[in-house]
Amino acid sequence: MKYKSVFDIIGPVMVGPSSSHTAGAARIGLVARKLFGRKPEWAHISFYGSFAETYRGHGTDVAIVAGLLGFDTFDDRLPNALEIARIEGLDVSFFTEEAIPHHPNTARLRIGDDKGKLELVGVSIGGGKIEIIELNGFDLKLSGHHPALLIMHNDRYGTIGAVASTLAKHAINIGHMEVSRKEKGKEALMTIEVDQPLSDDLIQELEQLPNIIQVTKLVD
Amino acid sequence: MFRNVAELVELAEKEQIKIAEVMIRQEIEVSGRSREEIVAQMDRHLEVMERAVERGLQGVVSRSGLTGGDAMRMQRYIEAGRFLSGETILDAVSKAMATNEVNASMGVICATPTAGSAGVVPGTLFAVKEKLQPTRIEMIEFLFTAGAFGYVVANNASISGAAGGCQAEVGSAAGMAAAALVELAGGTPSQAAEAMAIALKNMLGLVCDPVAGLVEVPCVKRNAMGAANAMIAADMALAGVKSRIPCDEVIEAMYRIGAAMPVALKETAQGGLAATPAGRAIAARIFGAAATK
Repeated sequence: MKYKSVFDIIGPVMVGPSSSHTAGAARIGLVARKLFGRKPEWAHISFYGSFAETYRGHGTDVAIVAGLLGFDTFDDRLPNALEIARIEGLDVSFFTEEAIPHHPNTARLRIGDDKGKLELVGVSIGGGKIEIIELNGFDLKLSGHHPALLIMHNDRYGTIGAVASTLAKHAINIGHMEVSRKEKGKEALMTIEVDQPLSDDLIQELEQLPNIIQVTKLVD
Repeated sequence: MFRNVAELVELAEKEQIKIAEVMIRQEIEVSGRSREEIVAQMDRHLEVMERAVERGLQGVVSRSGLTGGDAMRMQRYIEAGRFLSGETILDAVSKAMATNEVNASMGVICATPTAGSAGVVPGTLFAVKEKLQPTRIEMIEFLFTAGAFGYVVANNASISGAAGGCQAEVGSAAGMAAAALVELAGGTPSQAAEAMAIALKNMLGLVCDPVAGLVEVPCVKRNAMGAANAMIAADMALAGVKSRIPCDEVIEAMYRIGAAMPVALKETAQGGLAATPAGRAIAARIFGAAATK
């Protein structure tokens, strides 16, 4: 089931005009912002498919930038995001791509500052719902609707078990989990969607585990 | 858990509860939240819908200037009393347009199931309010019932214009509204399913061809007709008319039609009304000649 909640259908409450091209786009930007953990200084945003054809008409560009600024879909500052980005020193550029994506509403975001950068691919699947299908070169599936953890780690035995045990100790149930790596024994990524809220204490505890590089909490 | 309309109707009939109640119970189970929290959230969404309709009826204008003011125009026409169809149906039309005009002006709305189709469900609900005098909780239940049918469509077909055309957006919304109207008016769960089937059948094949890619032309007027369609479908189902094709099969047909629909007619603004001389001229005026390739 792609849609789990009635509020995916009767919702979201949002600034118009398009749930897929405005609200969904804002959510993709917001996920990127949360993963990056701070306001980026620059953003290169590429649009594919229907996004590429119609992004100006739907305010898709405005909405993604609003997300990068940390605004939610119902934030009435959303329509002015491009201007606010300019004032706050977020330098954005947009590209339209010819490649045909798997889903028509796809965006690739490259964001960064002098300390780091991040690249993700988000898909707006309709009604404001999104999926993140790629992060820093890793394939993943993330709905953005459940509390979720992204854990960068070294590909060593016992790491996944240690993370799962820590979650269990905090009475947190895993709803969906994926592990991907680029190469055996190198950097790997755990994507975990859970049913309960994630406390800061738990995040700190996970960060202390061996072979963990970075823990990011998404959607409380 | 229900996966299709047949299971939804069966659950409601077996337990002798409203479809709204089936949806609320499932939401409690899936989200782990309390009934009070869930109902309170839907109440807030209802408030957003009310505010959007009020704002739209006062008259708004979109940034492009293409839409706005027609909801108000329809209300004046109703007040003048010389209409051809009926007061309730025209009120639904006007209130559906009001919501979409607010959406087009980058105002705050509640997507039902999407922003482009956000007018149909609230338009019909607020139009029958005077006649049926629902309590606040019945109005909230209306949204859960609409949500239950939309949930089935979203999971078995699509609610995205880019994936399935306008039939997936305004078509789904019309079906959802028709079913919820039936339940609010005291119809049975299976009559609600018939209403959904009848409404959606009459939206099959509808393409998504927004002029200049904006959620304005023809979206506002399609919401108007979606609301009218929902009202008629609800009345037909309440009269005992049945769909020869079961609701789930209509949804399946909608999905297949959407998959077969050319990309030019799925929210890319390359075909249909968007590709007419007038449509291209509007796009050129708004974005400059480069956008009209």
